[in-house]
Amino acid sequence: MAAFKSARQLLDYRKKLKSTTSARRRTIAVCAGTGCKALGSFSLFDAFTSELKKNKLTSHIDLVATGCHGFCERGPLVLFHPEGVLYQRVKHGDVAEIVSKTVKDGKIITRLLYKDPNNGKQYRKEQQIPFYKHQKRMVLASNGHLDPTSIDDYIRGGGYSALAKAVEMGSRKIISEIKRSGLRGRGGAGFPTGTKWEICSRTESDKRYLICNADEGDPGAFMDRSVLEGNPHSVIEGMIIGALAIGADEGYVYVRQEYPLAVERLEIALKQARRLGLLGKNILGSKARFDVKINRGGGAFVCGEESALIASIQGARGVPRRRPPYPAVEGLFGKPTNINNVETWANVPLIIDKGSKWYAEIGTAGSKGTKIFSLVGKVNNTGLVEVPMGMTMRKIVFDIGGGIPGGKKFKAVQTGGPSGGCLPESKLDTPVDFDTLLEQGAMMGSGGMIVMDESTCMVDVARYFLRFLKSESCGNCTSCREGLVRLHELLTDICEGRANADTIPMILELAETVKTTSLCALGKTAVNPVLSTLRYFGPEYRAHIEQGRCPAGVCKALITYSIDAKLCNGCTLCLKNCPEGAVSGQKKKLHVIDQDKCIKCGICKDVCNQDAVLVE
Amino acid sequence: MTEAPAIKTDSVRKILANYPPNDGSALVNLLHDIQAAFRYLPQKALQMTARHVGLSPARVFEVATFYEGFHLKPRGEHICTVCMGTACHVRGAPRLLEQLERDLEISAGQTTADLKFTLEEVNCVGACALGPLVIIDGNYNGNMTSARLTRLVGGMQKKGKK
Repeated sequence: MAAFKSARQLLDYRKKLKSTTSARRRTIAVCAGTGCKALGSFSLFDAFTSELKKNKLTSHIDLVATGCHGFCERGPLVLFHPEGVLYQRVKHGDVAEIVSKTVKDGKIITRLLYKDPNNGKQYRKEQQIPFYKHQKRMVLASNGHLDPTSIDDYIRGGGYSALAKAVEMGSRKIISEIKRSGLRGRGGAGFPTGTKWEICSRTESDKRYLICNADEGDPGAFMDRSVLEGNPHSVIEGMIIGALAIGADEGYVYVRQEYPLAVERLEIALKQARRLGLLGKNILGSKARFDVKINRGGGAFVCGEESALIASIQGARGVPRRRPPYPAVEGLFGKPTNINNVETWANVPLIIDKGSKWYAEIGTAGSKGTKIFSLVGKVNNTGLVEVPMGMTMRKIVFDIGGGIPGGKKFKAVQTGGPSGGCLPESKLDTPVDFDTLLEQGAMMGSGGMIVMDESTCMVDVARYFLRFLKSESCGNCTSCREGLVRLHELLTDICEGRANADTIPMILELAETVKTTSLCALGKTAVNPVLSTLRYFGPEYRAHIEQGRCPAGVCKALITYSIDAKLCNGCTLCLKNCPEGAVSGQKKKLHVIDQDKCIKCGICKDVCNQDAVLVE
Repeated sequence: MTEAPAIKTDSVRKILANYPPNDGSALVNLLHDIQAAFRYLPQKALQMTARHVGLSPARVFEVATFYEGFHLKPRGEHICTVCMGTACHVRGAPRLLEQLERDLEISAGQTTADLKFTLEEVNCVGACALGPLVIIDGNYNGNMTSARLTRLVGGMQKKGKK
């Protein structure tokens, strides 16, 4: 196929693609997202390929390796279209049976269906499963069936029609449409996207740049990765529309080095888009020109901050600078630059295609559209969920996430990455949107949602984030560089039983200084995890300081391991596995831990089948 | 100061040729490619890179030391990376890291004397559903337990000794 010379040609091409494939054509979609891949979905895909060949079925059914379906907990996932039947935890050995029963005879193999651990109910179709039922998948809609390496797949499903529309609309109309939609930046700060574009487009300059921020650094967040890996063209299409709007002719995608597959998929997609004239000179026959380069990050969290990111693309250390001037006025190589996050870009084609009115009806008054969250930690259904803004935390954690595993009690949910906050049970009915989360002392961030149960120590969590941030501080501002180290020391004192009555007042005073005197958001928000846990989990701090006790049984210096005389059956497993030889006892008799030798590694508790190892 | 080990400068030249000269913005990408070829950033390669992109060796060194992803010392044959992301942390990742430190007799960030193993931490690889996660030579091993980790690494140690 040669490059399209007009929007008309693109639409004709789609018609041709559609006429050659029936909408009712059957497809087996094997999830090849990071989670399922780690669980062996690539070898599953190969097994399907050879099994279909063996049964001479390759001309009857399509086999695709898709992006992340979101339900990582139950991977590897295999989805059948158009029936919508979902098989979960599929193993290599299941493939022959699936092909002979389900593909050939249309029979369901019940053992592979999802079974709700809470009530034992089995579900045949993906859309009936509570995890999917309560979601509203717009950005992730195509992830379950699209081959991310095929531009034809994307175009067939309506891809690049928003771009065709945008070429007709021109800059001013595009910007006003994005403004009317109410779209706010999905990277965390929630700045109105349309306004940002407008500022950049109005700044006098001979050259403008555009950047896609894919430096998804928040631990526990992987939505950008999944969008890039599963549907790279949606991001590229958003970027081209943005380029038309602000008049940029060069764009960059700045991807974390930890995401090699995302880089690979993007490279393929960019080549395809260039070949079809969607990138390069005279896009769809118009006067516009635009192309995109990929820059890999170097493993620095601070590079998610826009001015540090720009420094990094320029080949320097990723150190933030004072703003204003904002990048929209003075950015990459000193030129006006518009930066948006992956998820923001992926929302743009939806808005242009379906209209701002449609988009603005989804969500809350101040936060429109959907948001993707990565629901992780101590939750039954770990995975990627997309919900309308304003859904309550309770619905996300319990209805979609299926609650806490192992019958344990919910304790907190942490949102907003290392700079976010922890919300307790009493805040579970908070509607999740940009403004409400801020009011509660947390923040939206890029959408990581980490669920914690009664066995998570909130002081340890606060210390964890400080450890992370002190090592990621770029070192530019003294208050952040030194202050975070000292704060971490104070938290460590609490965790190790050295704290006293002065510790918390000292933490509060230091936190205030770091917050008010740091230049960029890393330092300004670094104290949020400490402040929010102090606000909601004060008694847990006091138990550490006043009683020398860690109620969750996490802080090593404050706990001891022992063996319950009633439960121990003398199986010798703990004795064999103890790395320090601290366990003694004879077969079928009670075992004892020598407290002087014990290093509190917890291996005995992990290996015990009787739950006889106690932590106090 | 030990002498820098000799490296194949031809392969550095090949990598440099993929990027136009005197373009500072190629620096981070270039360092990635060199590290992919050598598993670390040899001093000689850094000097050649500096000449190619038209920056002073000091600037290149500054960038190479700023980013956690770059290594200036030779790394082991096997790279064990423990994910220390939040989801992995609440599911017990710190204990797995301590176990590896004990078993390999090195601290995080170090390489064993026989250059067999390097132990590293990563902030999050976005495979949170599988936490705790240990990546060994690029393979993601999810839902890791101390017993499985002992088997995995123990097996590799034995193989190395034969």
